[in-house]
Amino acid sequence: MANPIEQFKIKPIIPLEIGGVDVSFTNSAVMMVISVVLITAFLTLSVRSRALVPGRWQSMAEVFYEFIAGMLRDNVGSAGRKYFPFIFSLFMFVMFGNLLGMIPGAFTYTSHVIVTFGMAIVVFTGVTIIGFARHGTHFLRMFFPEGAPIATAVILVPIELISYFSRPFSLAVRLFANMTVGHIILKVLGGFVVTLGGFYVLPGIVPFAFLGAVTVLEFGIALLQAYVFTILSCIYLHDAIHMH
Amino acid sequence: MPQFDPAFFAPQLFWLAVTFITLYVLMAKVALPKIGAVLDERQRKIDDNLDKAAQLKAEAEAAVAAYEKALSESRAHAHSVIKEASERLSKQAEERTRDLSAKLAEQIKAGEARIAAAKDAALTNVREVALDVAGATVSRLVGGTADQAKLETAVASALKEQGQ
Repeated sequence: MANPIEQFKIKPIIPLEIGGVDVSFTNSAVMMVISVVLITAFLTLSVRSRALVPGRWQSMAEVFYEFIAGMLRDNVGSAGRKYFPFIFSLFMFVMFGNLLGMIPGAFTYTSHVIVTFGMAIVVFTGVTIIGFARHGTHFLRMFFPEGAPIATAVILVPIELISYFSRPFSLAVRLFANMTVGHIILKVLGGFVVTLGGFYVLPGIVPFAFLGAVTVLEFGIALLQAYVFTILSCIYLHDAIHMH
Repeated sequence: MPQFDPAFFAPQLFWLAVTFITLYVLMAKVALPKIGAVLDERQRKIDDNLDKAAQLKAEAEAAVAAYEKALSESRAHAHSVIKEASERLSKQAEERTRDLSAKLAEQIKAGEARIAAAKDAALTNVREVALDVAGATVSRLVGGTADQAKLETAVASALKEQGQ
């Protein structure tokens, strides 16, 4: 039985180094590039005909566009419109990473905590900068709401600070953990199918049925986690723009 | 787990940055404006068609209103023409009646004058005839000629007695 952790292994394909830092082009980078190419191809080729009555592909591109635009409008309002390309890219990048990872043998870059953390920290610092740029020092009110008794500051401020600074970690770990655990379960179940099926056909059917069900579930999780990552980013953006 | 091996942090972060920035630029400059343009165009087309429909409806309503106005105007015009004609005709008839009655009155007056003249003339003749008859009667009965003055007074009184 193959090691379920092996699928997360990074394999350098083209070793590169810039200023003493290893920036090798790895299997992870390959999937990222494939994602970018597929997303761009999908979104540009589908609307090439600019049909008034959209076809299948154009409908899908429009659905994604309007889904994210609606999410941003509902959670942030009209002030969030200029962040639309960023939020949209974030959603597509995470979603394609999750879904491409479902292809057997493919690498899932969203199962690497450094990747999810990289995106989360960009969201976190970006949102913090937007907050200070919009409200100046008044943004610090985030950590001590107006109207609360001054005596509660001792408890309230640390809690608010911790909850604020834990945002990038929760954002990153949620996605990474979901992807990693999901893929480990798939791998383990797949191992059961092979081992038990090799032993005798009938016992192999049970884990195979489980594997089928969990695969469907994992597709759902792939979409759901992309949605969750994006909507949390929208909510953080809302906090920065409108405060509480 | 390979996820926690710091040796792979730098290359992954580097390629994450490269690919994500590329994706962002492609989305912001190429893909999203295209999709947005298609959606805008559709919305505009729908709005255009709705506007056009509303415009056509307004035009149809205006045409109906114009037609009804023309109809009522021509009806009013016909009324006024009929009224004018009947007024003119009745005025003419009245005038003609007045003229005719004036002429008739004149003719009646002239006739009356003629009758009066004829009556006078007849009366004068009667007196003369009476004088002649009286003169002749007197001369036949009495012989000789009667006194003319006496005859005249006698005839005049006789005529007066007759109520003339």
